[in-house]
Amino acid sequence: MVLLRRLLRRRTALFGMLVVAVVLLTAAFAPVIAPFDPLAQDISQRLREPAWQDAQGRTHVLGTDHLGRDILARIIYGSRIALLVGLAAVLISGVLGMAIGLISGYFGGRVDDFFMRLADVQLAFPFILLAIAVIGVLGPSLRNIIIVIGVSSWVVYARVVRGEVLSIRERDFVQAAIALGSRDTQVLIRHVLPNTFTPWLVVATLDMARVIVIESALSFLGLGVQPPTPTWGGMLADGRVYLSTAWWLATFPGLAILVTVLGINLFGDGLRDTLDPRLKI
Amino acid sequence: MQSYLLRRAWQSLLVLFGVSVVVFLILHLTGDPALLLLPPDASSDDITRFREAMGFNDPVAVQYLRFLKGAVRGDFGESLRHGEPAMHLVLERLPATFELAGAGLLIALCLAIPAGIVSAVRRNTPVDYVSTVVALLGQAMPTFWLGIMLILVFSVRLNWLPSSGRGALDHLILPAITLGLFTTARITRLTRSGMLEVLGQDYIRTARAKGVSESPVVWKHALKNASIPIVTIVGIELGTLLGGSVITETIFAWPGVGRLSVQAIFNRDYPVVQAAVFILASTFVVVNFLVDIVYTYLDPRIRFR
Repeated sequence: MVLLRRLLRRRTALFGMLVVAVVLLTAAFAPVIAPFDPLAQDISQRLREPAWQDAQGRTHVLGTDHLGRDILARIIYGSRIALLVGLAAVLISGVLGMAIGLISGYFGGRVDDFFMRLADVQLAFPFILLAIAVIGVLGPSLRNIIIVIGVSSWVVYARVVRGEVLSIRERDFVQAAIALGSRDTQVLIRHVLPNTFTPWLVVATLDMARVIVIESALSFLGLGVQPPTPTWGGMLADGRVYLSTAWWLATFPGLAILVTVLGINLFGDGLRDTLDPRLKI
Repeated sequence: MQSYLLRRAWQSLLVLFGVSVVVFLILHLTGDPALLLLPPDASSDDITRFREAMGFNDPVAVQYLRFLKGAVRGDFGESLRHGEPAMHLVLERLPATFELAGAGLLIALCLAIPAGIVSAVRRNTPVDYVSTVVALLGQAMPTFWLGIMLILVFSVRLNWLPSSGRGALDHLILPAITLGLFTTARITRLTRSGMLEVLGQDYIRTARAKGVSESPVVWKHALKNASIPIVTIVGIELGTLLGGSVITETIFAWPGVGRLSVQAIFNRDYPVVQAAVFILASTFVVVNFLVDIVYTYLDPRIRFR
């Protein structure tokens, strides 16, 4: 609670938290909030400007796209894919990275060398290129996107957790547990892991923003969740075609990504400054 | 010093080896590369013959060694679409990608370092706030959206700059800004925090106390010591720039390796995909090795680690 109060005292972190809360609520209650069906096409109402009123007097606040679908409704539903991919991928890479970081830092030696070289290999690839190559082979689907992003994003977690483990391992309570004959797994899970959780959480928060951008980039390139499911990146790709005639198609989904990512980043920065100011990410 | 560099060279080689394994595996992810490489309407006889001809029936290890033997000579097979060696296609496009990434990095360094320094020196003034807000926005802005918005404003509306292709300098401006903004934002924040940390050190106070005027304190004493993390991040940011070039080149129809690989993925032209991924990843490894060499000159402590 003290931490929460300290966090809320930072104005930027508070702003970030509000944005994150709004996006979460939007995704959760999309069917209630959305003014229109995000998939309902109406060719007679295509490419209408923002604030356009249709014959029944209903307003398309952000206009309609090239198939006459309401853009606001699609942005609202698009938040679901963004958050779903974000949360699931972060969970996979976070657990993977936590495990590797614990093992690497605790056992050291050859094991550590192996994983750190593996991390170098992972980092050598331009992330988006590797992701589109692999998804191009496996085929784009929600599951494949989550797995590919999740499996290839473990490095930051592993490095941060490993660094923490290196110092925790030398602390008295860990040495005492080892001296008392605790098994390695027990020491790792009971004594070391809980102490690496804070930096892990900060990394996970900030990484979520990166994953959301990656997801929308994949959708933008046509390798994300396939149409007609609304995704922010996919909407942008559609909007790009109509850039010279209908600016709003590409503008608003991009703003949605920008605001969401900004919110998560500010929240993550605040979390880091409150929980663990030494952490350099 | 020499042993340090030798160790780093050996590590880089290991990483390149790992890169080659991953690039090889891309084709084998689904279990049957023959189905990936042949058109979907190939008959089962064709598939069997093709598998035999390509050696896909051999054990994976044998296939990998064959792949590696080709890869070290730059042979990734022929492009299925263009009938040219895949490597040749990639190397042809490489200068365009380097030009774009270099321009992006140049913009980033020219904007970010002064901005970061001013931000740190004039901490908590309006200048600092503006630079921080711009950096935060820059870090949150997706590359592809920024590119599209720049085209919307400067090409479609104002008609000032071309929106696609490579040519005179005006073609480079929008893609380079698009690609460089994220890196600019990151280096700005890093320079600011690095400078703040250094400016609080005792030797800075000593310099001021002995009467050194403010500008040499900032530019000589502080910046020199704050520059080490900046050099590191330049190496790492190269990965971001090469990755970002995939998106940026696609938006601006820039004829580089990034756009080539996206097209190759959609054409299922996997030899080209493999060659492109391998070349970009190797570039990253080599540049980071070079950065490490520069590093040992900047920070003599590293030589003795």
